[in-house]
Amino acid sequence: MVANIRKITIIGGTTKSGEKETIERLEIHKGDIITLVGPTGSGKSELLSDIEQLARGDTPSNRTLILNDSELDCWGRQMVAQLSQAMNFVLDMPVEDFLELHASSRGISSNPIIEEVIGLTNSLSGEPIGARDNITSLSGGQSRALMIADIAIISDAPVVLIDEIENAGINRLMALEILSAKGKIVIVASHDPLIILLAQKRIVMHNGGMFKVLETSKEEEEILKKLIVMDNELSALRDALRRGGSAGIAGAAVNCRVQPHEADGGDHQQWLS
Amino acid sequence: MKFVTVAGPPSSGKTAVLIHAIKHLLKDGIRVVVGKIDCLGTNDGEKYLRLGIPVIVGLSGDICPDHFYVPNLEAIFNWAEEKSAQIAILETAGLCHRCAPAIKGCLAISVVDNLGNIDIPQKIGPMLSTADIVVITKGDIVSQAEREVYRRKMELVNPGAEILEVNGLTGKGSLLLKTSLMQATDVDTLTGRELRSSMPACVCSYCTGEKRIGKSFQLGYIKKIEATETEGGQR
Repeated sequence: MVANIRKITIIGGTTKSGEKETIERLEIHKGDIITLVGPTGSGKSELLSDIEQLARGDTPSNRTLILNDSELDCWGRQMVAQLSQAMNFVLDMPVEDFLELHASSRGISSNPIIEEVIGLTNSLSGEPIGARDNITSLSGGQSRALMIADIAIISDAPVVLIDEIENAGINRLMALEILSAKGKIVIVASHDPLIILLAQKRIVMHNGGMFKVLETSKEEEEILKKLIVMDNELSALRDALRRGGSAGIAGAAVNCRVQPHEADGGDHQQWLS
Repeated sequence: MKFVTVAGPPSSGKTAVLIHAIKHLLKDGIRVVVGKIDCLGTNDGEKYLRLGIPVIVGLSGDICPDHFYVPNLEAIFNWAEEKSAQIAILETAGLCHRCAPAIKGCLAISVVDNLGNIDIPQKIGPMLSTADIVVITKGDIVSQAEREVYRRKMELVNPGAEILEVNGLTGKGSLLLKTSLMQATDVDTLTGRELRSSMPACVCSYCTGEKRIGKSFQLGYIKKIEATETEGGQR
């Protein structure tokens, strides 16, 4: 059903100050997970936008994008799905009606798929959502989780562009895994070390230009393993606290130590791992 | 000269989207002029003037803006020709979301946003269904699913239209709009051309300033509601 995108080639353009971009040519292949890193304003969103618009030297960056071996000159229908920074829905209707509408707009039979999307949503976020909940009444995290599950299952585009996945209190590792399934090209702008190192490659942005391309090294992979352990500990602690447990008990269960902290003289507790 | 009409509900992003597209046109050295029809007041004229292009603004005041718009089309066309424009863009706010009539043979664009009720496409009428290009804005503040659902709704209401998603704030997508503007056919004159849809009749005593309520004050083309009760009642 989905057209075959094997490769996206980015031909470098110019930086914000008009100099030639350091990276002159970059190929992104099917199955690649690429992160865009760099401080706010360094050009991450603009690069995502160039990809989405399939720039032809006509955007402010002067970049040119090539699909496959140039046999496609524009994105076909439903080839690109984008997870923006939106944290809530606008349409006001129950979850299942919304998913049914979305599925039918893509000509998909909706029955099994609705349950699948809701199940996936609930594995990503803390509080489960129900089929009859109104989508506008969902929390930021629940909305985000539903958007991700919906992109993964119903939109199912070969190219997924993500502008920050981290800020919603959802299981972002699982989210990324879900979105990058089935040999897609996934490009994520991120400030999160875990997400950055999880990708095989990262594009370092500077002054509006692609400055460096780094592959995740063996050493970084080791660091990533540690980060994942730390992240799991954090999540377990978060869950325990959310459920009304205390840090000490959670600590025993997830192997993280909690120490009393006297910094501001009170009975404040700060946990350390 | 290309003569392009742009319509859409208030605050849908018509001016923002056009400003981005016009910047692309100006970069290519194309001579653009803009006409803006509104009813009560607008500062959109100044926004266009800041681009350094000729602008004409018409306020319809007490008259339906579309009934004001059509009799002034030729004058705006002639003004644009005097300015040696290569593209004249005429932007109008649809008052009742029904008409803002497009012209046969002239590129017609309708701008709607992603934020409305899901049934909005059916409510808008010919302004949407007769457009050649439907621009959907504010996609950055909704989800992928909502964008797809909206787009699908637009396709159902206007199956032949080219649908473009443009961000009025950042200009993302406006390049494609520029390309489509450049593909519009040139026209020599508007005289003798036809509107793509008729406008609702509107000649009653209230059109001429009547304020009192009551049968004896109602003259002219008066249509009475055909009341149908849907729940618990009988006709």
